[in-house]
Amino acid sequence: MSVRRVMGTEVEYGISVQGQPTANPMVASSQVVNAYASATLKARRARWDFEEESPLRDARGFDMSRQVADPSQLTDEDLGLANVILTNGARLYVDHAHPEFSTPEVTNPLDIVRWDKAGEQVMLDAQKRAAALPGGQPILLYKNNTDGKGASYGAHENFLMRRSTPFADIVKHLTPFFVSRQVVCGAGRVGIGQDGRDHGYQISQRADFFEVEVGLETTLKRPIINTRDEPHADPEKYRRLHVIIGDANLAEISTYLKVGTTALVLAMIEDRFIDRDHGVDGPVSALRAVSHDPSLQQLVTLHDGRRLTAVQLQMEYLDLARKYVEDRYGSDADDQTLDVLARWESVLDRLERDPMSLATELDWVAKLKLLEQYRQRDGLEWDDPKLQMIDIQYSDIRPEKGLYQRLVQGGRIQRLLTDETVERAMHEPPTDTRAYFRGRCLERYPAAVAAASWDSVILDLSGRESLQRVPTIDPLRGSQAHVGELFDRCETPEEFFLALTR
Amino acid sequence: MAQEQKQPRRSSETEEVVETAPETDVAERKEALDSEVDDILDEIDDVLESNAEDFVKSFIQKGGE
Repeated sequence: MSVRRVMGTEVEYGISVQGQPTANPMVASSQVVNAYASATLKARRARWDFEEESPLRDARGFDMSRQVADPSQLTDEDLGLANVILTNGARLYVDHAHPEFSTPEVTNPLDIVRWDKAGEQVMLDAQKRAAALPGGQPILLYKNNTDGKGASYGAHENFLMRRSTPFADIVKHLTPFFVSRQVVCGAGRVGIGQDGRDHGYQISQRADFFEVEVGLETTLKRPIINTRDEPHADPEKYRRLHVIIGDANLAEISTYLKVGTTALVLAMIEDRFIDRDHGVDGPVSALRAVSHDPSLQQLVTLHDGRRLTAVQLQMEYLDLARKYVEDRYGSDADDQTLDVLARWESVLDRLERDPMSLATELDWVAKLKLLEQYRQRDGLEWDDPKLQMIDIQYSDIRPEKGLYQRLVQGGRIQRLLTDETVERAMHEPPTDTRAYFRGRCLERYPAAVAAASWDSVILDLSGRESLQRVPTIDPLRGSQAHVGELFDRCETPEEFFLALTR
Repeated sequence: MAQEQKQPRRSSETEEVVETAPETDVAERKEALDSEVDDILDEIDDVLESNAEDFVKSFIQKGGE
């Protein structure tokens, strides 16, 4: 494979009620999700189908017992929190104390950007609708990962992988990659340490919250490699790699390279192409040390004794990826794979020579440049609350208030997609995965969809006593090529179901 | 195909110009850059929340995931 594989992201948004710092965030999150659901859903609200969820299944081959699990890990219990499935195949719901948008399953990095950005627009729309309700208060949403006071919330990536790939190989080759990839896809943060007790700027929002190398947890003792094994596909053939170490990105190029370069490394691991050990001594402390040095001079020590900067370590992976693509595809490599390689190389090259030259492309550099301009003009030290405010406000999703949004409007940050493309993705599903089936069912037969999830759509059909569960266990089936014509042809869900099962 | 909307790489171009230009141009260029920076900050000043200390204090989140 190349950069192409089944993948998706899930982003939890920071939330606050204007003027009420003690407002209950679960209530506010529910208001946001429900406001969007009520305004946009055509008929009954389909339930989330929890049948296939197994959050305590560990990729290393065992189940954690429910008794010893932290209550926050029991994500398969329906707590009655707001939870909706959208016509674009995405899931919008309340996860703990945050509204979360999970993209539909897509097959390439640019589509991740498309639906990840569509998620921002869905959240913006939801926020406006919640404020417009009678008695509704302005609720503000932030696409970031920490409050700078000790709390962190996630921006996860999911990649479908072959079950036959030994998990130990994934841990071995992915850990050094994750320690170093933040120099490309970090979102930048003012404050050092989980609660920001030390002053300064660091590359990643999340680095300080990672405490172990490998593990099942996501809310405590966060691991660099997460072992949750809930494939939402045939478990004999696939695993879903659940990546929890990333930052929530606003810059499209950051998101694109984050998933694009990771997809390439996963392809090399699956094909056993990596013949060297890039293992890093003390990866957890190396992760933090790299994050804490925006000058990019921090060295990490490899098991073989070499000492490299994070940029140099990334260059080793880039070099392998170039050879891999050349070896496997030669001149038949697809455009997006070549584009990811070219951009990755260009970004690393410039990070090495002059990091600030990436200010129009990468989140952490764009934010740092703005902060440095303020420091210079106003003579501010890193402990100044104004700089912390700029950090937070960078991620405000409102076009008139968010600083990322203002930089984009001023032409100071490059984009990959147009507003029109992103707006379409708020409503339309990808055409090349089962998300197409899910989304079109909801759009075409909204009254008949009783429940849905990644692995199923449950139809309530007239003339049938019991609900009909259509399993969607293969992420690549249910695409437009498979069922597009059926949707176009069948006026009713009953007709559709008959044609589907014939 | 990956890039539907291309914009120039501004900062890297600026860099090259600064490196090769004669000194008088550098001074002019720097003035232009300074005024560009002022413009950005003026614009951002307009949208920044007014009381930074209160804003930061009241931004309290619960952990997630």
